[in-house]
Amino acid sequence: MTSTSAVSTLDQVMERWEPVIGLEVHGQLLTRSKMFCGCSADYIGSPPNSNTCPVCLGLPGVLPVMNRVAVEYTVRSALALNCEIPEHSKFDRKNYFYPDLPKGYQISQWDMPLSLNGHLTFTVDGEEVRCGITRVHLEEDTGTLQHAGDILQQARSSVVDLNRAGVPLMEIVGEPDLRTPAQAREYLVRLRQILVYIGVNDGNLEQGSFRCDANISLRKHGDTGLGVKVEVKNMNSFRAVHRALEFEIVRQGRLLDQGQTIAQETRGWVEAKGATISQRSKEYAHDYRYFPEPDLPPLRLSAEFVDRVRAGLPELPQQLAERLQREHGLSAYDAANLTAEREDARAFEALVAAGVPAKAAANWLMGEVARLARETHTPLQGSGLGLEGLASLVKLVEAGSINGSTAKELLEELYLAGGDPAAVVRERGLGQVSDQAELERLVDAVIAENPAAVADFQGGKEQALQRLVGGVMKATSGRADARVVTGLLRERLAR
Amino acid sequence: MSPETVGGLGARLRRGETTPAELAAQARGALQSIEDLHPVLRYTDALTERQAGRAARMLAESPERAGPLCGIPFAYKDVLCVEGVETSAGSRILEGFIPPYTGTAIQRLLDAGAVPIAVTNCDEFAMGSSNENSAFGPVGNPWDPSRVPGGSSGGSAAVVSAGAVPFSLGTDTGGSIRQPASFCGVAGFKPTYGRVSRYGLIAFASSLDQIGPFTRSVEDAAHVFTAMAGHDPRDSTTSPLPVEPVATQVARGVAGMRLGVPREYMAEGLEPGVRAAVLAALAELEKLGATLVEVSLPSTEAALSTYYIIAPAECSANLARMDGVRFGLHVDRKSLTDTYLETRGQGFGPEVKRRIMLGTYALSSGYYDAYYRQAQKVRTLIAEEFDRAFESVDALVCPTSPIVAFPKGDKSDPLSMYLCDVLTIPVNLAGLPGISIPCGLSQGLPVGLQVIGPRLGDAQVLRVAHAYEAATAWHAQMPPSSPTATGTPS
Repeated sequence: MTSTSAVSTLDQVMERWEPVIGLEVHGQLLTRSKMFCGCSADYIGSPPNSNTCPVCLGLPGVLPVMNRVAVEYTVRSALALNCEIPEHSKFDRKNYFYPDLPKGYQISQWDMPLSLNGHLTFTVDGEEVRCGITRVHLEEDTGTLQHAGDILQQARSSVVDLNRAGVPLMEIVGEPDLRTPAQAREYLVRLRQILVYIGVNDGNLEQGSFRCDANISLRKHGDTGLGVKVEVKNMNSFRAVHRALEFEIVRQGRLLDQGQTIAQETRGWVEAKGATISQRSKEYAHDYRYFPEPDLPPLRLSAEFVDRVRAGLPELPQQLAERLQREHGLSAYDAANLTAEREDARAFEALVAAGVPAKAAANWLMGEVARLARETHTPLQGSGLGLEGLASLVKLVEAGSINGSTAKELLEELYLAGGDPAAVVRERGLGQVSDQAELERLVDAVIAENPAAVADFQGGKEQALQRLVGGVMKATSGRADARVVTGLLRERLAR
Repeated sequence: MSPETVGGLGARLRRGETTPAELAAQARGALQSIEDLHPVLRYTDALTERQAGRAARMLAESPERAGPLCGIPFAYKDVLCVEGVETSAGSRILEGFIPPYTGTAIQRLLDAGAVPIAVTNCDEFAMGSSNENSAFGPVGNPWDPSRVPGGSSGGSAAVVSAGAVPFSLGTDTGGSIRQPASFCGVAGFKPTYGRVSRYGLIAFASSLDQIGPFTRSVEDAAHVFTAMAGHDPRDSTTSPLPVEPVATQVARGVAGMRLGVPREYMAEGLEPGVRAAVLAALAELEKLGATLVEVSLPSTEAALSTYYIIAPAECSANLARMDGVRFGLHVDRKSLTDTYLETRGQGFGPEVKRRIMLGTYALSSGYYDAYYRQAQKVRTLIAEEFDRAFESVDALVCPTSPIVAFPKGDKSDPLSMYLCDVLTIPVNLAGLPGISIPCGLSQGLPVGLQVIGPRLGDAQVLRVAHAYEAATAWHAQMPPSSPTATGTPS
C-alpha cells in the first residue's frame, strides 16, 4: 500500500496521524531603549551600525545594565497570558558563535525565567482550545546579516548590521497543545492581538518584530508519547505558518507511512517553493552551555510590583468582545471583528457614545471604513474625516437626511480630505428628495416614459421594477430614498 | 633613598616645588630606565600631556580642593580601557584595539587629576601568576630580574617596586594584585567585590575580577581606593552602599582588634622563610595590642579546584567576543568557521586556550551539574566559612603566597603555577577585601603579609595593614639595584 500512501493528501495523513504542534514566539518590546544600553530600540531605518554603542557592539570591557521597562513589559505580557510570576528570577548566558551575536553569547533566561505556567484559550470552528504557555522570558535580540546564498557558511561575503543587536526580545514558549494548522494560526492571531492590545509589541510579522518558530511531530491517534519533532523557521506571516505546518504534516506523514523515521532537525520555510527545506545552520550540536550571567544580579520582583502591573493591564480583547456583546447587543461575530484591533473597538465605542446606533456603527466600521483604511493605509483615527466626521455622517443617514449611497460617496471623498459632512450636504444640496408631490411627479413621468418596463412588471416580471426605480434615482441624481420610490411605484402600478 | 609616596608628592605639588608635567616627565624617564625589565607595553604620551595640563589647572585654581591624587603620575594594567589608548590585554588577539571609551575606575582617577604615564605588561587576559603568559614577553622582578614579578599584574607591581611611579592599577581575579605585590615588596590592595566598578575592565572572570592599586604605602592605597570606589550605574554588580571614609579609620591602630589566623593558611607547603616572616609579623601585631585567634576555614583545600571551574567557565564566555569580526586580530579564511578557528588559534596563547577549553568543558551538557553547579555550591560554603570566622574576628592575617618570587621558567607545569594562588583565591571566591603588604625578606626576596576583611570591610583591612606598616620598616625596603626614580631624600 506504500504506493498510495506516497501521495496521501493532508486529510488522509491526518486520518492516520495526529499532529502535535508547539509554537515559540519572539516579540520585540516597544521600549524606548535597548535591553542593556541606552541605544534606541527603534532601529528600523537607521544607517547600518549607526544605532550602536560599546555595550551593544560587545566591545571588550563593557557591562550590561538592565532595562527596567522591558522587565515590566514582560511581566505585563505574562500576566495577560495567565502566567505565574516567581519572586526570584535570573539571567543566563546562552553561548554560541555567530557574527550577528557580538558577545558570543546571548543574555537570556534559562532555568529561572520571569514567568511560568500560563495559558491562552480561544475558539476554532466552534471548539474551545486551551494552549498552555510554558514560560514567558526576556532576552536580547541579535543583529542582522545579509549574505549571498541561503546560509552563511556558503556565502561569498556577508555584512553585519548590529542596529538590532540588544533590542529587548520576549520569548513566549507554548506547550505542544495544538493539533491542527488552523489552531496554530488562531493561537498566533490571538497572541499577537493581546500583545498589541497591552502595548508591548507592534505585531509586525513582516518586519520580524513578532516572529514564530514551530515545533511539529506526528503520532498515532490515541498515543500519548511524542514523535520526533522538527523545528520550522522563517515563517513571516500567519498564512506562512499555516502552509508550512500543512506541508510538514504531509511530508512527515508520507515518510512515516513508508516506514521511514523523521530526522530531528531545523527546517526553513521557503515561501517561493511552498516547502520547508533542511537547514544546517548555527552549530551542529546545540549545546548552549547556559550559565548564570555574572554581570547582572538576580532579579527579585515584589508582590507589590506584580500587583501594580496587574492593575495597569487594559481590558483584553476577549473581555472587551464579551462586554460589547453584553452592553450593545452585538453578535459574537461582530464583537470579535470589532475587537480584532483595539483601535476599532475604541472607534466603535466613541461612535456609540456620540449617539450612533450600535449596529450601524459596527456595520460602517467593519464595512466601508475598514475598506478605506486598508486601501489608503490610513486608520480612521488618523484620517481627515476622523471619528467625529464619521459620527456626523452616519447620523445624517440615520436621520434620513441623506441616503446610503450618498453617504458612501461622501465617506470616500472626505475620508482623507476631511470636512464637515453636514456642511457639504447643505452646500451641494445632496439632501434626500423627500417632497412627496415632487417624487410622485417624477414617478409618473418615469412610468409614462417606460411603457415596456411597465408592461413587463405587470406581466409578472418583478425585476422590471428595478429599471423603473433606477429611472427615478437617475432623475434625482441619486438623492431619493430608493425604498420610498419603490413603494410609490408599486402603489401606482397596482391601480 | 626611598621613592616618594603619593602623600609626599602631593605636598610638594601644593607647595609649588614641582609640577604635574615635571613629575610625569620624571616618571616616564624612570620607566624608560627599567625597560630591560619589560614592565611597560606602551606610553600614554598624548593623554599624559593633556592630563598633566588639567592637573596643573586644578592645582592652580584651588590647591586645597585638588585631591591627594591631583598631579600624581601612575601606570595601569593593559586590561583597563582608556579612550584612544591601545588596550591589548597582553594578547595578540587584541593587538591594535583602541577603545572608544574610558572605564569608570580610570575615569574617576582622571577626574581626580591623576596623570597616566604608561600601560603595564601582564599575563594574557590576566591569566597567570608569573607574567610569563604575556604575548609580549615576560617581566623581570626588580629584586632579581631573573625571577618573575608574580602575576597577572606583574608589570604594575614591578613599576611601583622599582620606584618609577608612586602607584599603579592592577586587577585581581584570584590573587593577581596581592601575589605580585608580595613578590615585589609593595602594597597591593584588592577591594571588596563590587566596591570598584568593573566597567572598562576587559573581563577574565566577571564574578571574581576587581580593580585595585599597587602603592608604596597603605595610606596611598587608601587614597587611590577612595578615588575609585563607589556605585556605578554602568556596573550592576557595584554596591549601592556609600563608601565609608577610609582615611579617618586607617590610622586608628589595631589595639583591641581581634585578628584571626586561619590554621589552613599556615599549614605545610609554606616556605620556611615565608613562615618565619609571617610569624614575626603576627607577633608584631600582637605587640601593637591586637588579640590573635586561631580560626579554621576547612573548605580552603577545595578553593583552588572550585576556582578552576568557575573562572574558566566565565572566561570561556567572556572571551567569545574575541572572534575577529569587529576588532583586533582577523585572520581571513574562506569559511566563517575557519576564520573563527584561525583568528582564535593564532590570537590566543596556550594558557588562555587551556582555560577556555576547561571552562567550555565544565559548562557542557552533561557535565554542568558535576562541575559548575558543584563549584557554585562549594563557593557558597567557602563564603559562609569566612562569614562565620568574621563573627568572632575583625580581620584575618596570613601569608599572601606560600613562596617568594621564583625564577622565570621554573613552573612550566600549569598545576604548580596554579598552586601559587592557593592563599589568595578563597578571598576572591568570597568577594572579600584583601591586601598584601611587605613583611620581611626570605633569601633576600620580599615576603607578603595578607590581611583579609569581611565584605565591605575595606577600611578594616587598610587599618590593620597601616598599623603594621607604621610599626615596621619593610615597606621602605627597595630592590637592591633599583634606581630610585622619582627619588629625592625623604
